[in-house]
Amino acid sequence: MAKFEKANSVEEWLDQRLAINKVKKVMAYEYWIPKDINFLWAMGMILAMTFGVLTISGIFLLMYYKPDVNLAFDSVNYTIMSEVGYGWLWRHMHGVAASLVFLIIYIHMFTGIYYGSYKKGREMIWLSGMLLFVTFSAEAFSGYMLPWGQMSYWAGMVITNLFSAGSLELNGLVEWIRGDYVPGDAFLTRFFMLHVLLLPLVIMGVIGLHFASLRIPHVNNQEGEDFDFDEEAEKYKAGKKKESKVIPFQPVFLSKDVFVMGVFMIFYFYLVFYHYQFALDPVNFDPADGLKTPAHIYPEWYFLWSYEILRPFSKDIGLVAFGFAQVAFFLLPFLDKSPNTKPAHKRGKAFVAWFWIMIVDMIVLTVMGKVPPVSPFNEIGLVAALVFIGLFVALPIITKKEKAV
Amino acid sequence: MNEERRDFLGKALGGVAGIGGIAALYAAKRSWDPLPSVKAAGFTTIDLSAAEENVLHVDKWRGKPIFVLKKSADMEPNDRDIVIGEDRFHVSIGLCTHLGCIPAYLPGEEKFKCACHGGEFDTSGQQTFGPPPSPLVVPPFKIDGTKVVLGEAGPEYEQMKSAGITA
Ligand code: HEM
Ligand code: FES
Repeated sequence: MAKFEKANSVEEWLDQRLAINKVKKVMAYEYWIPKDINFLWAMGMILAMTFGVLTISGIFLLMYYKPDVNLAFDSVNYTIMSEVGYGWLWRHMHGVAASLVFLIIYIHMFTGIYYGSYKKGREMIWLSGMLLFVTFSAEAFSGYMLPWGQMSYWAGMVITNLFSAGSLELNGLVEWIRGDYVPGDAFLTRFFMLHVLLLPLVIMGVIGLHFASLRIPHVNNQEGEDFDFDEEAEKYKAGKKKESKVIPFQPVFLSKDVFVMGVFMIFYFYLVFYHYQFALDPVNFDPADGLKTPAHIYPEWYFLWSYEILRPFSKDIGLVAFGFAQVAFFLLPFLDKSPNTKPAHKRGKAFVAWFWIMIVDMIVLTVMGKVPPVSPFNEIGLVAALVFIGLFVALPIITKKEKAV
Repeated sequence: MNEERRDFLGKALGGVAGIGGIAALYAAKRSWDPLPSVKAAGFTTIDLSAAEENVLHVDKWRGKPIFVLKKSADMEPNDRDIVIGEDRFHVSIGLCTHLGCIPAYLPGEEKFKCACHGGEFDTSGQQTFGPPPSPLVVPPFKIDGTKVVLGEAGPEYEQMKSAGITA
């Protein structure tokens, strides 16, 4: 057995038994972050915090929510919203956070793309990040079912039908996923299980993987500069803080991160108190009715771009295009053949153009996904969907031609 | 330590755990199956004699909407119609064959239009525009006088099915 001496403080007592000083060092005080980064690098911690906010507000909602097709709608729209003290606050916090988390995910992703943070050893960061995107999407979708309003029911109907895989007519699979011929009680309870237990567990695990994958390649920086972290850390520890290219995660990096998180939280609570409506679809305030489709079905804003890739095509081609859109970003580290791990503006005009066309195209798809399916929106949507696919086909070609800088 | 024995123990453990894992997956799969009470969801009887021409009547069978449309003389007859005496009826599951929204009936234009992605069907339920890949599905039916029983396959339904004109 290890030798234990009498401890002189609680900290020492814990340190003897749990090595907390070593843990603190490895996880924070000697976890080195590059100096040359900007506020966009705070998005990751904002996401981690927003996940925390979702978990806490969700726990409060869970105390009065009833996962039953006859009770769900009223338990949310009547009990939680008007009976439970401050129930409305948890609901608005949960809804607004669920919407904003996607805005921040998109900013976080495009920051990674702009600075080439998915390349040369950082592939696992990117892949685990994409896994987070997929699990967050599933989490958002399953949560959307719970109030059992018209949009819940019909989004559930349309999205589960995607699994029939078009002409393959896998109706048995669709009925298996639903546990019924149409979304019903079995469907609601199993999506409730996914939303409050299984998917959050998976998300926590993948966040752990995402953080672990940052350890070895380290966080990228604004210039894509490749330097020796151990050497720079030694400089910092030797007191040459100005000269060193790194800072410790705690207390130096976090103090700046926490500032950006604070600004975000002010914006967030402003939305929660004054502009929560954007996160709650009015159509979902009608109870689910299997005999009446709402006049116009569309998903939440963050799914519109991929939904629009499904819409302008015939059923089978639409499904293939949609499937492609879901996985396309996973392929990024393998489609980018350039030797450079540099910010886009240093990689040459072709990649800069690719980057901005992608952003504009995704915004166009998002807008077209929201408007009714009529001319000329159908045609604009079709072109934008083809451009999206075309960009992924073009990427290996333009990056291969890129000169090393 | 005998390494052969350790290898053997490892393989035995792997084998037993593998079988257990597969059994657990099967149990998990079965737990997600629709319940027998859901599957047994019975039959719906619709009296067609009450229907009016060019007015869509919507009924419900297994939680799904059922379209009943009595055709007027100007609407083209089709092999998918249910014929009772002189009258022709279009009866189908009212879910778009694209992704399952309920199309609306526009009596003026004599067509169904799906608001979700713009699909259209004629009065025989055949797709005429947009992403739907196939006609509206005719549910299993049996004619009983002026009534149809949904969920039971009568000879007229079997005939449609073998002619391949309904899924
Ligand atoms: C939704 C939950 C997510 C959380 C909690 C999260 C968290 C973090 C954190 C804390 C960092 C380090 C700080 C920073 O660079 O911002 C980071 C880095 C990174 N994340 Fe995420 N992330 C999430 C989703 C994603 C997604 C969807 C992607 C894209 C596929 C992604 C890709 C990356 C990349 C490439 C980096 C490295 C940035 C660099 O080295 O400069 N993450 N993430
Ligand atoms: S569900 Fe009817 S057109 Fe897509």
